[in-house]
Amino acid sequence: MDFATLVQVLDSTLRLATPLLFACLAGLFSEKSGILDIGLEGKMLAAAFFAAATAAVTGSAWIGLAAGCAASLVLAALHGLASITFRGNQLISGVAINFLAAGITVLMGQNWFGLGGRTPQLEGAARFQNIELPFAQALSPVPVIGPLYSQVLSGHTILVYLGLLAVPATWYLLFRTRFGLRLRAVGENPAAVDTAGVSVTGLRYGGVAICGLLCGLSGAYLSTGLAAGFVKDMSAGRGFIALAALIFAKWRPWYALGACLLFGLLEALGNRFQSIQVLGVTVPTQFMQALPYILTVVILAGFVGKAIPPRAGGEPYVKER
Amino acid sequence: MADGERGGTRAPSPPAIELRGISKSFGPVQANKGISLTVAKGTIHGIIGENGAGKSTLMSILYGFYKADAGEIRIGGRKTDIHDSQAAIRAGIGMVFQHFKLVENFSVLENVVLGAEEGALLRPSLAKARKLLTELAREYELNVDPDAKIEDLGVGMQQRVEILKALYRQAEILILDEPTGVLTPAEADHLFRILCGLRDEGKTIILITHKLREIMDVTDTVSVMRRGQMTATVKTAHTSPPELAELMVGRKVLLRVEKAPAKLGPTVLKVDNLRVTDGKGVERLKGVSLEVRAGEILGVAGVAGNGQSELLEVLGGIRPGSGSVTLNGQPLALSGPRSDGRARRMAGITHVPEDRHRLGLILDFTAWENTAFGYHFVPEYCHGGMMDNQALREDTEGKMRRFDVRPTDCWLHAKSFSGGNQQKIVLAREIERDPDLLLVGQPTRGVDIGAIEFIHQRLVQLRDAGKAILLVSVELDEIFSLSDRIAVMFDGRIMGERLPHETSETELGMLMAGIDGKAA
Repeated sequence: MDFATLVQVLDSTLRLATPLLFACLAGLFSEKSGILDIGLEGKMLAAAFFAAATAAVTGSAWIGLAAGCAASLVLAALHGLASITFRGNQLISGVAINFLAAGITVLMGQNWFGLGGRTPQLEGAARFQNIELPFAQALSPVPVIGPLYSQVLSGHTILVYLGLLAVPATWYLLFRTRFGLRLRAVGENPAAVDTAGVSVTGLRYGGVAICGLLCGLSGAYLSTGLAAGFVKDMSAGRGFIALAALIFAKWRPWYALGACLLFGLLEALGNRFQSIQVLGVTVPTQFMQALPYILTVVILAGFVGKAIPPRAGGEPYVKER
Repeated sequence: MADGERGGTRAPSPPAIELRGISKSFGPVQANKGISLTVAKGTIHGIIGENGAGKSTLMSILYGFYKADAGEIRIGGRKTDIHDSQAAIRAGIGMVFQHFKLVENFSVLENVVLGAEEGALLRPSLAKARKLLTELAREYELNVDPDAKIEDLGVGMQQRVEILKALYRQAEILILDEPTGVLTPAEADHLFRILCGLRDEGKTIILITHKLREIMDVTDTVSVMRRGQMTATVKTAHTSPPELAELMVGRKVLLRVEKAPAKLGPTVLKVDNLRVTDGKGVERLKGVSLEVRAGEILGVAGVAGNGQSELLEVLGGIRPGSGSVTLNGQPLALSGPRSDGRARRMAGITHVPEDRHRLGLILDFTAWENTAFGYHFVPEYCHGGMMDNQALREDTEGKMRRFDVRPTDCWLHAKSFSGGNQQKIVLAREIERDPDLLLVGQPTRGVDIGAIEFIHQRLVQLRDAGKAILLVSVELDEIFSLSDRIAVMFDGRIMGERLPHETSETELGMLMAGIDGKAA
């Protein structure tokens, strides 16, 4: 692999890691508050559809983004209602949201656009455009650093940079603010928060809402940044991969960035090397493209050491004497 | 009811707490009936009562967990509406729950500031809390490392963190619910010193307990609750444990168990170098050796978590171990298929587990179904694989009558019985199997005084019938009144054996803390 190829792979790693990163941080907020969310996938998908559909109609990627986030927030509110207010089973609620999103996006897409569940191809302002970072041109002749800056780091949509900024922002919010302390506490021992006079319900809804917002960004990026329109099931299991990345990262923001970049890299490799020769044997394309999913299974099977999830995760809070 | 109160010193300041006619019902159950209570400022006020007497409900109302159906609360002379915990904290009430409300993987400092932060950013709050903790530590002997993680602290330390939490919120009234259940005698003494220090500073303390001795030792005034009502409030100096016990139960109670000297038979259980390693690879029993003879009660004392549970579980066939255990000279398997609970029962060991809700009963099953557990295969109940439910129900009715289980209705679910009656169901099941050895853990935990008396008598009867009993209890009073011999466990080992009439609570307390006075 020469340097030019490496630069291309890294560039596409960053692109592909972004939706995972948003979704992974979304899961982080929800699970830190003690609400398990396997509905990340459904929220991403719904956001991707509504972002693309709205952008196609209005011609503005930004309005699309807002619509995508709104759709994701509605589903998050549904999950909150089921699992916080009505103390239902969080896994079942998440599964229901995934089914709902998978069905409703295609149904509405067909009804509105008649393209078999797709949205029209997005062009111009209806898509997020790539941004050239300052000095990208000037620095590009510098060996090694030049191409890494001008071709890997520069030239992405605003959402990619927002995703990278979300990592330190999440870290700060969780570990340096009052809200973060309370959110982490409510996922560990809601009774401690309750007896301290803070609303468990309020905090959990807060965590779930932030999760909805971040899933919205993730989905909108899929259909209006990474691709140019919505395609049926376009989230392709990324919501679940993000959950695996969350476990891999042991529920810590900076590790989440690393985990998502690793998954992004595997996906980029699968896309770049459709078939490669290893020791004289041709590795089939399918295997290369399955790499992120294989890593997911490996992680979930517990090959990465012990990860301790928030202790009150998955349990509805019932006040006791 | 308020007229049960006696004069005392008329303080010029209004009482710290005044409850007037508090009532609270849960469905058809009336947990509090028109309760009135006055707690003077700067006193330690004890509240005692049997389980289900309504103490916890009353305190939950005071801390804003429940809303009273009727009545009013006055704090410092002013009518106060306490609709949630936040309101209680604002009114200056702090609560130390029986089960601590701490975030295990947070530091002491983070737990203290949680919910009482200064602003949106943490750093200033933590700095302020650190300063305050140092001051409080100096003032009240409340030393805790502010940066330690809760999960690394012992229970005594965790309790201090709970007290610090309340003081950090400037609580003027501190409620402690059964605070000494998990403490060693020395830790409990330290706690009481802290409480007295706080009282002398003018704080008001409410101590909820079922231990009469604690009431007598530290409280200034004591209120007794029975069946949802406040039956009396008296000056501690003017009362005595028998009088309080009678007020709690409503009749005379024997606090000491009457028993004849033991008639020792041959050795029934012989345990030699027993070791148990738990699922996390931690060695819980580090070579325990002991003997129990027929007609004898061996009491195993110790602070919870020093291996007593594991000892019961391995002998009861719930947990594998290694070493040698013989019953009437026959070796018992300690691992593998012949070491399960059924094999133990067939061998003549029955087991009343420490935690009856987790191991002793299925709460959603009826009493007669619960009576079958562990014995569903015996010929009386089971013919050719089919349960004879009719026989089982008749048998259960008999057991319930003989063990005075109330109400005597075998169709009731186990959860519908009070703690004492649940325990009697378990005891009836295990004792009436006529075992050679009875393993019994915390027989009177969460059981009211009236039932304690009955359970103790039954255990002594079983011993007098020539059976061997291995009793594990964290209650020293219980150990003293029942045991013919006392073994003290510390850190997975037997620290020493003593005879009850030749030792003292102080000596046992030292052994429980791992200090052998004789060896030193």
